Amino acid sequence: MSRIASTFAHLSGLNRKALIPFFTVGDPLLELAVPTMRALVSGGADILELGIPFSDPMADGPTIQRASERALQNGVTLTDVLAVVSEFRLTDDQTPVVLMGYANPIERLGLDAFAAQARDAGVDGVLVVDYPPLEARHLKAALSLVGIDTIFLLSPTTTEQRMREIAQLATGYLYYVSLRGVTGAGHLEVEAVAAQVARIRSCARVPVGVGFGIRDGATARRLSEVADAVVVGSRLVEEIEASIPTEVPHRAETLMRQFRLAMDGAQ
Amino acid sequence: MNVYDLPDQEGYFGPYGGTFVSETLMAAIEELKTQYERYRQDPEFLTELAHELHHYVGRPSPIYHAKRLSEHLGGAQIYLKREDLNHTGAHKVNNTIGQAMLARRMGKPRVIAETGAGQHGVATATVAARYGMECVVYMGAEDVRRQAQNVYRMKLLGARVVPVESGSKTLKDALNEAMRDWVTHIDDTFYIIGTVAGPHPYPTMVRDFNAVVGRECLTQMPDLVGRQPDVILACVGGGSNAMGIFYPYILQESVRLIGVEAGGDGLSSGRHAASLSAGVPGVLHGNRTYLLQDAHGQIIETHSISAGLDYPGVGPEHAWLKDSGRASYVAITDGEALQAFHTLCRLEGILPALESSHAVAQAMKMAPVLGKDQIILVNLSGRGDKDMATVAERSGLHL
Ligand SMILES: Cc1ncc(COP(=O)(O)O)c(C=O)c1O
Repeated sequence: MSRIASTFAHLSGLNRKALIPFFTVGDPLLELAVPTMRALVSGGADILELGIPFSDPMADGPTIQRASERALQNGVTLTDVLAVVSEFRLTDDQTPVVLMGYANPIERLGLDAFAAQARDAGVDGVLVVDYPPLEARHLKAALSLVGIDTIFLLSPTTTEQRMREIAQLATGYLYYVSLRGVTGAGHLEVEAVAAQVARIRSCARVPVGVGFGIRDGATARRLSEVADAVVVGSRLVEEIEASIPTEVPHRAETLMRQFRLAMDGAQ
Repeated sequence: MNVYDLPDQEGYFGPYGGTFVSETLMAAIEELKTQYERYRQDPEFLTELAHELHHYVGRPSPIYHAKRLSEHLGGAQIYLKREDLNHTGAHKVNNTIGQAMLARRMGKPRVIAETGAGQHGVATATVAARYGMECVVYMGAEDVRRQAQNVYRMKLLGARVVPVESGSKTLKDALNEAMRDWVTHIDDTFYIIGTVAGPHPYPTMVRDFNAVVGRECLTQMPDLVGRQPDVILACVGGGSNAMGIFYPYILQESVRLIGVEAGGDGLSSGRHAASLSAGVPGVLHGNRTYLLQDAHGQIIETHSISAGLDYPGVGPEHAWLKDSGRASYVAITDGEALQAFHTLCRLEGILPALESSHAVAQAMKMAPVLGKDQIILVNLSGRGDKDMATVAERSGLHL
């Protein structure tokens, strides 16, 4: 069983939901990525999503755009991101790691080369924001050959038929974008999201996570009642942005623990 | 070649094009695709479009024989397709009228656009005023500073201009920001993209709306000189004016099609915007095409004296025309474009846009080595009033 599948199976045995933090590798410093990953796990994270910096993050709001810009100023590349995963794997071979980014850096490396290097590094899943399922065919084939899951997004505007098609293709987990907009955007209508997640779960063969706009424990808690996983992205990146570099792992861990406690209180 | 029917069902021109957007935009893209498929064949839509292009834009635009320029160069005869005479002063309005008409039929009261030099922003603000639509234009903060006059023009037309502070603060970032607006306001907003880039169906749709330029040439040239030209030249930023004039000529294989990119300080300087001449295929802004990028797949900053050509990508159909050999692409430097600008002003009394000056410069390079019976048709995509401050600055003057 893949790390992602066994993580969800394990959590389900404990009657707990997955907590998935996201941050951009290289923000604020490349050296902090591995310590931050370990701290997030200590704080209660079950799966880690790592952002691959890109010059043109079309689907991201200002917070994650700035994170990407800081990482690029530090010269961080996709190869660096893969090296971070390798280093993390030296001390943690349990926690799944999912890379999230845009198509161009991956295509520049080459799909097959990327798949091979990602496998060697210990990556478990890949989410390419600007690869809808049709355009993801080649990457998905390359990744499945090396046992890595391709993660797909669903959105509030995804039609019923499309939702069923994507649910059939999904591996790892499905990621439901909980609002109309970019990452970190405004208000999330919790009850509407909850209803939609229930619909997705009824036709999905893989767990369903929810993300975009989850900023507090109460929202995470409500959504963890209906979803299999909750993704916390911009809120964590804001915490990193507000922190002096040496404090980043500690503050990330504290924030994770708050979400963890809020979510587990719901069970 | 007997037929040319690209793109395919999935919006591909060979390996280029496609629909590389987040799932959050797919519903809007699907809706646009369906509606465009419907209206592009709809007689009532096409009749209204033709009426607007005639009465509002002033089409057909004339073709003018630049006799003094041709004599001066001593070779091929140069003809200019006068898109500079259109309402708003460039080819951009051919496209914005079409898309705005589509937006109205789709019940979208709000239009958004990205702009670099401000020409597409002005053309969008113009049609938004014409049809009574709300209009928001995204423009890189750097460009807002450089193109103050067009910013004011858009405001006069009732548009809101939003300076974009992210990334390199130029056209590509404005496009990113417009996409972000669109994904947030899908229900009431139509995104009017200004060139033959973006996700499918934009490259096709923008080409089709601009193809009126080439279709007019197909009948005007025989009327004027009894035959089609030997060479067609057009500048290439995203590539809409070039696709507009190339497309109806793709099957006329005796006509050479040459796109002219912005060579900036020269290709070897690294400071240019010549994606086809110096780029590598990749994915940006919804399609696969040639991109100026670094070894790690990050998009790099571009440079051109003409803001309208200052873009790190290019429409996917040009990428295909290049690979297939049907069109070729060359680069003209800032200096060569400026010289062409001044030459056309002095010899013909026509003040070309700096973008279009790149195509004129290529004509000036080619004409002397071609015979006097050869015909070069240049798409003079816009007028240069907007560029007077830039040109003056280059000459050490301040207006
Ligand atoms: C007059 C003129 N020509 C050409 C261009 C370049 O665009 P495209 O390559 O899409 O024609 C612009 C863009 O602003 C323009 O204003």
